[in-house]
Amino acid sequence: MNRIDVKRPRNVLDHRKKQFADPAYKESQYPHRLNFYSTPPTADITLEQFEQWAIDRLRVLAELEACSFRNKTPAETALHMKPLLDKYLPLDATSSNNSKLHLQRQKDHYSHFILRLAFATTEDLRRRFTRVETMLFRLRFQGDDSRERAAFVRTLNLDWEPVSEDEKRALSPQLATTIGFGYGKRAQQVLDEDWCKVDWMRVPDLVESRKVYVKAGKAYVPGREQQSMVLNAYTKRLEEALELTARALPRLDEDDRLTPILNHLSKNFVAPDAGYTGTGSAVEGAEISARNIDALSQHFPMCMTHLHRSLRRDAHLKHFGRLQYSLFLKGIGLNLEEALVFWRSSFSKITDDTFNKEYRYNVRHVYGDVGGDSNRRSGGYSPYSCQRILTEHAPGPGDAHGCPYRHFTLENLGTLLRASGVTDRAVLQGVKEDTENQKYHLACNRVFEHLHKTEIKRAKDDGVMTAAQLETIVHPNEYFKRSYLLKNMDKKTQKDVKMEG
Amino acid sequence: MPHSDPSPSPMEEEVAAVAGSSPQPEEDFVMVEAGEVQGVVEKPTTAAEPASAQAKADEDTEVEIQQEKKTEVKLEDLFAGMDSDDDDEFPSSSKPQESRSADTSDASFELLRIYYQRFFPWRYMFQWLNHSPVPTNDFKHREFSLWLHNDAVMRYQSYNTSDLFRKDVMRLMPRRIEIGPVYTADPRDRKMFRTSTAFQPIAKELCFDIDLTDYDDIRTCCDKANICNKCWQFTTMAIKVLDTALREDFGYNHIMWVYSGRRGVHAWVCDKKARALNDQQRKAITGYFEVVSGKQGGKKVNIRRPLHPHLSRSLDILKDHFLKDVLAVQDPWQTPEKAEALLQQIPDTELREALRKKWEASPGRASTSKWADIDALAQTSASSALDSKDLLDAKQDIVLEHTYPRLDAAVSQKLNHLLKSPFVIHPGTGRICVPIDKDRLDEFDPLDVPTLQGLVKEIDEWVETDGAAAMAAVDVAGPGGSSQDVKHVQDWEKTSLKPYIEYFRSFVTALMKDERAATVKREREEDGDVEIKVESMDF
Repeated sequence: MNRIDVKRPRNVLDHRKKQFADPAYKESQYPHRLNFYSTPPTADITLEQFEQWAIDRLRVLAELEACSFRNKTPAETALHMKPLLDKYLPLDATSSNNSKLHLQRQKDHYSHFILRLAFATTEDLRRRFTRVETMLFRLRFQGDDSRERAAFVRTLNLDWEPVSEDEKRALSPQLATTIGFGYGKRAQQVLDEDWCKVDWMRVPDLVESRKVYVKAGKAYVPGREQQSMVLNAYTKRLEEALELTARALPRLDEDDRLTPILNHLSKNFVAPDAGYTGTGSAVEGAEISARNIDALSQHFPMCMTHLHRSLRRDAHLKHFGRLQYSLFLKGIGLNLEEALVFWRSSFSKITDDTFNKEYRYNVRHVYGDVGGDSNRRSGGYSPYSCQRILTEHAPGPGDAHGCPYRHFTLENLGTLLRASGVTDRAVLQGVKEDTENQKYHLACNRVFEHLHKTEIKRAKDDGVMTAAQLETIVHPNEYFKRSYLLKNMDKKTQKDVKMEG
Repeated sequence: MPHSDPSPSPMEEEVAAVAGSSPQPEEDFVMVEAGEVQGVVEKPTTAAEPASAQAKADEDTEVEIQQEKKTEVKLEDLFAGMDSDDDDEFPSSSKPQESRSADTSDASFELLRIYYQRFFPWRYMFQWLNHSPVPTNDFKHREFSLWLHNDAVMRYQSYNTSDLFRKDVMRLMPRRIEIGPVYTADPRDRKMFRTSTAFQPIAKELCFDIDLTDYDDIRTCCDKANICNKCWQFTTMAIKVLDTALREDFGYNHIMWVYSGRRGVHAWVCDKKARALNDQQRKAITGYFEVVSGKQGGKKVNIRRPLHPHLSRSLDILKDHFLKDVLAVQDPWQTPEKAEALLQQIPDTELREALRKKWEASPGRASTSKWADIDALAQTSASSALDSKDLLDAKQDIVLEHTYPRLDAAVSQKLNHLLKSPFVIHPGTGRICVPIDKDRLDEFDPLDVPTLQGLVKEIDEWVETDGAAAMAAVDVAGPGGSSQDVKHVQDWEKTSLKPYIEYFRSFVTALMKDERAATVKREREEDGDVEIKVESMDF
């Protein structure tokens, strides 16, 4: 056996197996700035380094995630992240000849693997970790020197099939359209571009947005779009590696120095919408019951106001509307019995029988009262955050769910806002600009601030709320909570108003 | 719940009568034994009595099982896998009740029994899902969901053989059968797996769903669940566009279009590669096909220029349909409001005003003329600001809005989405969900599709007329020519269901042939691997 091991060169190992290969000591070399993290680190580091490096990386990742929640554009994100990256996780180009180059790359390498350990435990953490790590990778990939990037990509062995000159010529009119030139125009550009063709399944996002020409199952990817393929490969490998890490975790041979650190790390990375799962987030002093919803709806953000009005108007909501709205109501503290009363009475045009057959189950499912084991154990779904509402299930005709700032036309949005008491010209103009720049959160927060401007001013003057408590709202339930508390400040002592930031 | 009336109902007598009047009942039975699975005609004596006796005996336990199954189903994750009420076949919540109450009557129940017993193409269904003559995991691990008459849905049903599938359906008489994905393990054993990774969907046909209710804002002839041959043309053009793109762009060959029984069509892309697509890839392909967005009010088509090759090709396909089937037949801009909506899409104010003036002057002006007016006025009005490129783009957008396929994306995006099986009966209309021959797409008439009642009538008539002819044929053959010379005729061959099942058969045959070729090739490659391994172990 030994003889075979010696003979076999290490790099024939599958990258998935690589991270669990015998941990023979190996001095890591980092020829490239970017790293696919296929080989785990083996050198020794101190416990302090272990913790500090992980925390530094976590800080960067958390901020990146916040950027995506606030819908910042890639350019804004890059700008916002630059000082943070320079401080916590600097990574210089090979050409910079920085003496710290090796150290920087080592820290990047190690911190990535430490966080893998911390975030491999649950499906949810794995998904989020993959998402933000991919964002970080994309940021760095875009910022990389083009020559170094090309050299790095070559080492990945992604087996892309180049498109021959003849084929380029033959398909020139079709290819031209995907890089932004009309038929027949600038055929030379097509020939100059560095095309490759791959199975379309490998570049689903490019196919989805029709950014590539697809023929007989092959996607023709122009040079500039090859980034998406690299990113996909990165995500895919990371997902697989995390899955394997999760399986190996129970066997982590550990002397309880690392486990507390790892647990601590993963706790600091809870999902922002996890805070609204049960009745725990209910606002104190508010009577949340089925007959009270109409009165409470003055505290709802526009998305929920629209759902509520549609429900009252049509005595019905379609599937995703029901889902979004009932989760929100659950989040503000409406319990299951009250929810059933609310939906039953709201669907006034149908018989008890129809309601019991077609809707009752769904409401109970949302509360985790029925459904598969995991659904019941976790108490149903979490209320949707803005992020989910903005990105998932865009509303179709007849749907009332979604985010009005994103999914409405300007006229419809204007009508909705005016009906909700927003008549100030400057505010409406501001909302218009925000939505045009795809800053839906800003628009929503602008409306919030307008509708609560006297209360916010008072709260600030009285020192009831700190600036941190008044930062951008990224969750409809946070909107409700804040609105309710602000409008009911008189009824409370200062202590009650304390909110977590 | 099987029919439990001790005295044979008229329907049962009919079964017996049909079987009895066929020339060689004994022969029929032998043929069945020899492996003919579908269209079984049982021996006249066994047809009525034992069936109802059996039903009586089973009745008590039956009810118990039903109860158990029902609660079991309720515990399942109906939320994720099932259609929401909105994309169900029923437009409103009151509709299904009517049809359900009609369904549970004994007469329709018996009709359903006859259908499953004699018409449903069991063998080809099995071959279609199994991709091979002997049962494989493709079939054995496939989820079926059965919709019973008491409104319970039995999910995660699976069958080891085609016969077991048939028996279970005959036992439960579902009013609807849905087909789900192939799982990593037998769906009936799913509770045995602790982690979600051990039991998950791995393959399903890539499906598309086109529903005419999504065209309500542009069709003027019907709305909601109603359809006619005029608005059916929307489906025809959608099929042409999608079918072409699936074949040319994505390289798929085995695409079956199935009429959904009321107001839509389903596509089943059955190529091996398509079946293995994951959720992300399914979402991508859905996005590739999405052009008309549901944005509330305002512009519905928002696409980049220059046009992607798929879109310019689609426009070529759709152009004629737009003039012929939309402008002339639907007259979409008849009312002043609709005309105003059209005007809003004209990029130039001056041209818009000129058109508005002209149309207000002649209220009844047809859409075809209005469409022509746009170009005519654009040429005559010397508006300097008018960009002919912008106008062309706007016109293309309008054509796409009125013709381009509108898909129910939810059906296509998820691997574990269930879809109604071909050849089940639509409970509202009684029509059979038949496959549509793509080469004869223009001839397809959704209102002329065989219905269950129709089939039963046809087969009775056949016995009277053609049956006699067959008898005569035996006589002509003389005493020497035994009845074996006369080819056994399946029940469906005697009805208007024949062309549809024949089409399905040829579709399935072609699919299996391709599949077999792929398997043989793979085996050969695997053999090669083994040899190499043997060598490498040899040092």
